[in-house]
Amino acid sequence: MHLGNYLGLLENSEKQLARAFDKVSRHHQDEPDIEQMCQKLSAWSVRHGGQLQPFLVRYADSRSPEPAAMEKVLFGQPRSGSLALLRDLHDLWLLTNEVKLCWDIIGNAALALRDKELEATCTACEAETKRQLDWLLGRIKQAAPQALVVAA
Amino acid sequence: MEETRNSITDIWGPRTGYEGPWPIRVDEQLTEPAENWVQSACVLCSNGCGLDIGVKDGRIVGVRGRAQDRVNHGRLGPKGLHGWQANHSPDRLTTPLIRRHGQLQPATWDEAMSLIVDTSKQLIREHTAGALGFYTSGQLFIEDYYTLGVLGKAGLGTPHMDGNTRLCTATAAAALKISFGTDGQPGSYTDLNTTEAVLLVGHNMASQQTVLWARILDRLAGPNPPQLVVIDPRRTYTAEKATVHLAPRVGTNLAVLNGLLHLLIEHDYLHHEFIKAHTVGYAELRQTVEKWTPERVEALSGVPAEQLLAAALIIGTSKTLVSTALQGVYQSMQATAAAVQINNIHLLRGLIGSPGNAILQMNGQPTSQNTRECGADGDLPGFRNWGNPAHIQELATLWNVDPDKIPHWAPPTHAMQIWRYCETGSIKLLWIQATNPAVSMPELARIRRILRQKDLLVVVQDAFLTETAQLADVVLPAALWGEKTGTFTNTDRTVHLSYKAIDPPGEARADLDIFLDYARRMDFRDKDGQPLIKWSTPEEAFEAWKACSKGRPCDYSGLSYAKLTGGSGIQWPCNEQYPDGATHLYTDHEFNTHADYCETYGYDLVTGTEKQPEEYKAQDPKGKAFLKAADYEPPHEEPDEQYPLWFTTGRVVYHFHTRTKTGRAKALHEAAPEGFVQLSAEDAACYGIREGDLVEVTSRRGQATEPARIGGIEPGLVFMPFHYGYWDQDQDPPRAANELTLTEWDPVSKQPHFKYAAVRIRKV
Ligand code: SF4
Repeated sequence: MHLGNYLGLLENSEKQLARAFDKVSRHHQDEPDIEQMCQKLSAWSVRHGGQLQPFLVRYADSRSPEPAAMEKVLFGQPRSGSLALLRDLHDLWLLTNEVKLCWDIIGNAALALRDKELEATCTACEAETKRQLDWLLGRIKQAAPQALVVAA
Repeated sequence: MEETRNSITDIWGPRTGYEGPWPIRVDEQLTEPAENWVQSACVLCSNGCGLDIGVKDGRIVGVRGRAQDRVNHGRLGPKGLHGWQANHSPDRLTTPLIRRHGQLQPATWDEAMSLIVDTSKQLIREHTAGALGFYTSGQLFIEDYYTLGVLGKAGLGTPHMDGNTRLCTATAAAALKISFGTDGQPGSYTDLNTTEAVLLVGHNMASQQTVLWARILDRLAGPNPPQLVVIDPRRTYTAEKATVHLAPRVGTNLAVLNGLLHLLIEHDYLHHEFIKAHTVGYAELRQTVEKWTPERVEALSGVPAEQLLAAALIIGTSKTLVSTALQGVYQSMQATAAAVQINNIHLLRGLIGSPGNAILQMNGQPTSQNTRECGADGDLPGFRNWGNPAHIQELATLWNVDPDKIPHWAPPTHAMQIWRYCETGSIKLLWIQATNPAVSMPELARIRRILRQKDLLVVVQDAFLTETAQLADVVLPAALWGEKTGTFTNTDRTVHLSYKAIDPPGEARADLDIFLDYARRMDFRDKDGQPLIKWSTPEEAFEAWKACSKGRPCDYSGLSYAKLTGGSGIQWPCNEQYPDGATHLYTDHEFNTHADYCETYGYDLVTGTEKQPEEYKAQDPKGKAFLKAADYEPPHEEPDEQYPLWFTTGRVVYHFHTRTKTGRAKALHEAAPEGFVQLSAEDAACYGIREGDLVEVTSRRGQATEPARIGGIEPGLVFMPFHYGYWDQDQDPPRAANELTLTEWDPVSKQPHFKYAAVRIRKV
């Protein structure tokens, strides 16, 4: 069984996402809504990580020694300006999708295992991950025309 | 000089306890006898009292209330009785000004308009219309707003249009849309005549809408007084009359409201059939408010549990209820989420759409309702849904333009973002009308910096050289109320016609004429090559707006200038079905939430994200109202060691929007020439401050100094009125409360947070 691995992958992805939201929050402090919302959404990912803990223990022995995390090359240097903001939100959206897919996959596995508890956790966390995605997409749509068409 | 009473000392006038219709009392203020009277209504608060303007020798000599008007029954408050004096102020702008070599210098209209038009055209060529932004007012007329909306949305096609209504009523609009599908107040002021209970949340009605408050005072003096629940951290005039006054800590509105909802559910003060037949979302609401027990609310907000219980008993057991909300909700943390909980109270009890029941998500400014209706702010005209292609097509057909001309690819840019685009340089022309952001916006030092920016052409259209106009590149002198004809709508949907009584001074022009001139010079065309804007008089503009509003909730099609003349204000919708207007919306408990009719597909109350149409359509509530739940979140800035006190802001009786007009009316100015710093006796003692001592208040963003006023406020909280600026006083020491406030806004309504910040104080 590889569920343990996948849980590890998800945990890592959530950690990475939390860090990424936090980073974007700090890099774009001049955009008050970005700063506030990214902080809030970072906290959601931290919380999701916490909610995974019991299952990481439960399925620990099913872990194979494969690399658990997919390191991303997103977020190289701090970026500022309207195009940079767009790029950062874009990268966050990609990372969040990664997390969403993990929750989806593990939710399916939980069904197969009839692990009601894990299933409930996946449903709740996936719904919140979707809200992270929705916010990112809305903000990207708002920022994109101005950044791509109007700004110097 | 004729004066029916001294409204400065006797703010609300004598009491007439009543049952049935509110008795008439005609208030009047005349400096000399009038030769003729011209029909109008007051634009100095969102009440919109009907009045007549007295004229002699081409000058206004006073005003008197209109006895037959449904809003005020003849009464006027201090601002209505005195505010007109600003029209005759010697410092009116009488000619356009252009900044040359750093100085604003007189210019001709042709020079000023050519400069604006040439710059607009050049910017559009180089950067598209996305380089142009408009920041309008809550004080123009329907005709102005609609024309502005059309020229901006179908002429230029810029998404950057908003108004200072963002600072005052954006949350009201958002809350109404979220709960009921579209904007529009469900009830009427007349509901105050019969209601058994009134819930005022963050609304100091006694100061803000003095005539509306007189109606409540008269009920309190009558045979069947209503019970009053007031939620406000200060002991205001309004709070003094409360049956129960809840004084929550700053930033905890949502916890208190969730506590009330919790108690309504726990004590089963519910209209179960109504909830089942006409709402969605009950289960989630119940789950969210479950943990907000009175004890928990008390621990967080400081509102004693037994007081919360007492309030819930009134709200839960009275057969009718009028609830109102204003800036104490809208400019606080979780503004929209909290405003929506007020709607939820009515939905849980089924108290909506019938006499005695009203939810008044109040407006701060008189004609802000019209910016929302006419599309001069972030909304589309006629409460249309920017996410619904059919609605965009309706507008495109009406205006005879390509639908893609109308910006609808993303939500329209809200005011705070417009300023941010100016700051980062992508908006290069900002046209401001009849408002004064250099005093009214948060974090004034930042706003001044933006207005001074080199590559931003700032156009200001106003009647006075305000703090903002002083920083402009082009100033256009505008006519004031009484000097132009047009209509406007108050909070309870009452439409008034205000006639031109006198000519504007010098070369000042009506706002409508300025917009029409711009449209003509920009040569906006429709698809057939005809002029896009086909009207040239206020009445023609009103007719065009009627056509746009037809079939939408704010249906004006049954109104006309003739119908609005002579009698009293009329409420929308006014059409074939309601030829005399409608007192209540939703009388059949069918709400405007149908997927093809609603103004929004909903929001995530926490992140502010707009929901997608597919999602909405899949669960089309088909006329049911939404019970939207939200949990409490702490404010983003809280007192700490460096800034140990809470700071909050508000208005006083005698002033209105940055005092541009009210500060120029002698009696109003003399009644409140300066602001103040309100402190509790405990805090005053702790800092060694006595009544009248100068107090310096400092936040992370700036500082302001005003004399101390002690008492009437909870310890740990500091209050300042927010509309004192600098046109009548030096910049030093700074005195505007908005030097201190935060650049930060509600995620849903985008309304800035003026009601909290962390500060420190010291005696000067
Ligand atoms: S209550 Fe408002 S509208 Fe009425 S007179 Fe006073 S300021 Fe004017």
